[in-house]
Amino acid sequence: MSTPTLAVWKFASCDGCQLSLLDCEDELLAVADRVRIAHFLEASSDVLPGPYDISLVEGSITTPEDAERIQRVRADSRILITIGACATAGGIQALRNQADVDEYAKVVYARPEYLSTLATSTPIAAHVDVDYELHGCPIDRRQLLDTIGALLAGRRPALPAHSVCFDCKLRNNVCVVVARGEPCLGPVTRAGCGAICPAFGRGCFGCFGPAESPNAPAEAALLRATGMSEDDIRRVHRTFNVTAFDTERAS
Amino acid sequence: MTHRYERVIDVRALARVEGEGAMHVRVRDGAVDDVRLEIYEPPRFFEAFLRGRQHTEPPDITARICGICPVAYQMSACAAIEDACRVTVSPGVAALRRLIYCGEWIESHTLHIYLLHAPDFLGYGSALALAKDRRDLVERGLALKQAGNDLIELIGGRAIHPINVRVGGFYRVPAPRELAPLRERLRAALDQALDTVRWVAGFDFPEFHHDHEMLALCTPGTYPIETGFVTTTGGLSFDVAQFEQHIIEEQVPHSTALHAHLAGRGRYLTGPAARYTLNRHWLTPLAREAAAAAGLGEECRNPYRSIVVRAVETVYAVEEAIRLIDAYEPPPSPAVPVPARAGTGRGATEAPRGTLFHRYDLDPDGRITAARIVPPTSQNQAAIEDDLARFVAGRLDLDDERLTTQCEQAIRNYDPCISCATHFLDLHVERS
Repeated sequence: MSTPTLAVWKFASCDGCQLSLLDCEDELLAVADRVRIAHFLEASSDVLPGPYDISLVEGSITTPEDAERIQRVRADSRILITIGACATAGGIQALRNQADVDEYAKVVYARPEYLSTLATSTPIAAHVDVDYELHGCPIDRRQLLDTIGALLAGRRPALPAHSVCFDCKLRNNVCVVVARGEPCLGPVTRAGCGAICPAFGRGCFGCFGPAESPNAPAEAALLRATGMSEDDIRRVHRTFNVTAFDTERAS
Repeated sequence: MTHRYERVIDVRALARVEGEGAMHVRVRDGAVDDVRLEIYEPPRFFEAFLRGRQHTEPPDITARICGICPVAYQMSACAAIEDACRVTVSPGVAALRRLIYCGEWIESHTLHIYLLHAPDFLGYGSALALAKDRRDLVERGLALKQAGNDLIELIGGRAIHPINVRVGGFYRVPAPRELAPLRERLRAALDQALDTVRWVAGFDFPEFHHDHEMLALCTPGTYPIETGFVTTTGGLSFDVAQFEQHIIEEQVPHSTALHAHLAGRGRYLTGPAARYTLNRHWLTPLAREAAAAAGLGEECRNPYRSIVVRAVETVYAVEEAIRLIDAYEPPPSPAVPVPARAGTGRGATEAPRGTLFHRYDLDPDGRITAARIVPPTSQNQAAIEDDLARFVAGRLDLDDERLTTQCEQAIRNYDPCISCATHFLDLHVERS
């Protein structure tokens, strides 16, 4: 069997999720021995033509050009995996979705007419079929390696859908809500980060997006009990995974 | 004009930079007519959506501007908000901030040196290709980078978008015994960093010099990282509070990143070469020796040699991290309270790529009413364009392909962080 090819693509984002691959310092060269890195502009000028066996897609769709480009990436990819909150939920730049993007442009740019931008920032799955989604702002590099390893071994990646609370207990963290009354989104947030925020004594702020079937009303009551105002609760949901948490709130 | 001959080169692959951009060079009658660095990274509107957020939120939010230098965004945000709220952090917290920032310098500089920049000098398309011939070199770079990431992770909880930074300090501070294993790690990293300086010093550097005014923070007594006065090689020196009086930003049609210039003086360059030129006396003796042995003089005005400065600064950051760990005493409290108040605050720190300025206007409840962020790449854009114009003018005899490749390499000298300023670079060379 020939060596599988890997491509990495970027849309509107901070580069942090694809950087997670370069941050696998102990494993990067081993990965490069197992796959042919065929398109990864952050790391390599050597670009091979598609089609590609595995495509990792970072970033959200915010321009008309990118809405077309993602179609070409999909057509060129056997397995397409979105990496990170921008690609899976529109990212922090989806805060424009509830705002007036023209007004946003005027705030930042003296000549907004020079810009080409969409009124929305949308996840990749809103445009094309996606095979797997890695959540997080940023993704967890161990999860990324597990996923690439699983695909190379020909099995489905094991991606968690449970909440941060499970991992927090496994890590023997003291619950920041129970012990200290700190607001925490752990009960409704997808696991995968290793429950780092509670380990550092702060509540989870939801950067991995909603877990499957979260009990949003119960969570909102918990947040109110810790002293958060309705406005605080709205803002904490509307940050890194704004479209994902808003879907949850609407349901 | 007796004839017109027009050629357009369109290469959609300036790799190994962060963010999306394009370069357009127009050559008319054998002379460079126009050079535009077109940053078309989609606008992400951070300054717009920060409005209405609480004053405690910018460290987590602005970290998301860049995955490579999130600590810089967190530190400039904290400095600006603490300025607005008239709060000074404890010396222990300040030292810990400098320590996590050292981690980012090590990580970011090593990423740029080994994975983005060095392959140009050695004729490889990537570090992965280089590893096929010289695995030991790439392994050394990855180990050094990992030391920086481990430092950020230990203090910040996560290497990309750390979670432990807050306005006023940290959520949790490490115990000295937690830092001890890292100290051993950094001892090994120091040797790797010194080897890196010797390695890059041996590269072949084209003769090319610029005459831009250079700008960096200065902190007498120490090399600037997380604090300082804004200083230029032209003799300007002003407090961060006066930043907006001296630095004027304007929008140009071809870029989503704003151009900045010094009021009444024009283009300028910020970044490692500027820091070195203005602050080399404050490097550690070992870093100074390494710089001298690598052929760096009193100033660095050849952009190609910026890779040597990054390597020297990596030596400094490793040594400084060791010093800070040795001197570390946990602060009495991880954070000082930062009560909300109405006001305007400004903060600037030295991101790996240069001076990064933030300003926030707060209402009495601590809500942000306006935010302004001036990243290093947008400050450097005019200077980069000027360099490229002269660079191209001296190489018009090259064929399009070689000229394109060399322009790509030249842009990488500045380590442009285009995600910050607003990954690919389309290169258009239009000759007529």
